[in-house]
Amino acid sequence: MNTTALVMMVSAQVIILGLTFYFYRKVLTSPKREEPDSYSENDDDE
Amino acid sequence: MASNQDSWGTRVGLILAMAGNAVGLGNFLRFPVQAIQNGGGAFIIPYLVCFLLMGIPLLWVEWSMGRFGGARGHHSTPFILDSFDKRRFWKYLGVFGIFTNIVVAAYYCYIESWTMSWVYHTVAGTFDGKSQEEVAGFFGKYVNLDKSFTGIPYEPVVFYVICLALNTFILSKGLSGGIERVAKIFMPLLVLFGIFLAYKGITLKAGEEGALFDGTLGLNFLWEPQFTSLGDLNVWLAAAGQIFFTLSVGMGTVHCYAAYVKKKDDIALNAMTAGWTNEFVEVLLGASILIPISVGYLGIDKVVELTQTGALGLGFKTMPFLFEQWGDVVGTFAGVAFFGLLFFAGITSSLAMGSPWIAFMKDEFRFSQNTASWTFGLVVLALGLPTVFFFNYGVFDEYDYWVGTVALVVFALTEIILFSWVFGLDKGWKEITSGADIRVPIIYRSIIRYVTPVMLIVVFLGSLITPAGGDWQEAFGMLFSGEGWPLADGSIFAKLSNQDIRNNLTAAIASGDTEQVTFLENKLLYVNGSRIFLTAVYLMICYLVYKAYRNRNKEGRISS
Repeated sequence: MNTTALVMMVSAQVIILGLTFYFYRKVLTSPKREEPDSYSENDDDE
Repeated sequence: MASNQDSWGTRVGLILAMAGNAVGLGNFLRFPVQAIQNGGGAFIIPYLVCFLLMGIPLLWVEWSMGRFGGARGHHSTPFILDSFDKRRFWKYLGVFGIFTNIVVAAYYCYIESWTMSWVYHTVAGTFDGKSQEEVAGFFGKYVNLDKSFTGIPYEPVVFYVICLALNTFILSKGLSGGIERVAKIFMPLLVLFGIFLAYKGITLKAGEEGALFDGTLGLNFLWEPQFTSLGDLNVWLAAAGQIFFTLSVGMGTVHCYAAYVKKKDDIALNAMTAGWTNEFVEVLLGASILIPISVGYLGIDKVVELTQTGALGLGFKTMPFLFEQWGDVVGTFAGVAFFGLLFFAGITSSLAMGSPWIAFMKDEFRFSQNTASWTFGLVVLALGLPTVFFFNYGVFDEYDYWVGTVALVVFALTEIILFSWVFGLDKGWKEITSGADIRVPIIYRSIIRYVTPVMLIVVFLGSLITPAGGDWQEAFGMLFSGEGWPLADGSIFAKLSNQDIRNNLTAAIASGDTEQVTFLENKLLYVNGSRIFLTAVYLMICYLVYKAYRNRNKEGRISS
């Protein structure tokens, strides 16, 4: 691969991968809302 | 109140289901082919710009419209749109959010059934020892219903019915018990299969396993930037179109899934996470499989030639032959991984397409999940069989063009005007940011209000009058010199007048090819028949919405 193509590919991939991980991390670390929320996973935990 | 009390199990489950809705066959087949047809690496810059200026805004708008409607007991777009304004005509435009899904599901499930069938034939060894022409011939015979390869009569119909029945069965299990569970299993599997195939593609070496070139030659072609083509309107239109289709915006599925999110819960971060997951699958995996492998074996010129007829040819007619070069075990595993990955991508999208119909029947006619799901299956079967039996007469392409392409843009334009201009962006912005776990950049207020609608209008006008050969400069030159506007066969106006079929018919008559003349005359009949049929389906859903509205009126359930 030539340098410009490699730079282009790696930059796009790093940005996309970085943002995807960043958003998933944010989802997993955001504090949960009080029940009743939109998700049934903790509905029996009252 | 509506009886539709379904809910998502987990937040990650919702995000994966929403990402599964967006990730489809197009991520692996359409994206790389679009990139190749639009100058290789030149494509990625407009593509990412369109994602930021059109894709993300539409995702936020659709998520917030869905949540807003859901809070008022509406889980499908006719009454979601109705709840945004006092004028009552919006609900008939909202019909697009049901119509598009059942029609697209009808032909999409057919492609999905090919992936099931190709997995079966890979394992059964149907492609073993066949030349590239023979594998391509297999596809032709399959869609012609000419020959059964399994001994089952009308094999494609059987696979189609099995695929549709599987979709319907999963839908009958509800949001968390069906759709979410499937997304949680299939999305990680899709990524794993994708990583395996991308690794094989990138590490392909010339002279090894029958490859003529390194896999990186394909990557180089795809990623080498050609900055001059940033001034080419066609590249921008193609990039905007790809962003549109890859995110499944303008369909009504995002609204439907988001309608089960409560007002205090986040949508801004969820939308970003699902959207960027789609980009991860498309740009990192989708760009690293089809092109590196096919260029490695066939070279750039041959791949460019093969993609002239679209992406399906390269995927279904060529890839099985290329995988065969990797030997019995690895080749079979690669074939199963590739078509399995396409199946996972397809089914997570087709399940989303079933949701608006089911939600509508549950909300308005008090159907149970089970009954609503099986009515969806039957409706889609009735709509889909013509695409199977009359595939060669262009019925499949008509569905794809008018509903899978044009209707999406029309609906997206409708919803963004309703959201940012009629409902008002002040209220709209509050909807987007309410409960948000991220700070939504304030610049998106202006983007949603001005930039995205303008981009959608340009995309729509661009498809309405696309000039022949995509040469806008020459077309304007001809227009001003009084020669008229040369329409491309794929433009909306040319499609309406059946320009391509009529030109071919004239040529066939001139050459005295009676067989071709009969075929084209029949094709014209089927094409026009499909359009009348699709219009009738739209009007029938409008009638259902009208009946539902009358019921709501009687029960005092009309919002705003």
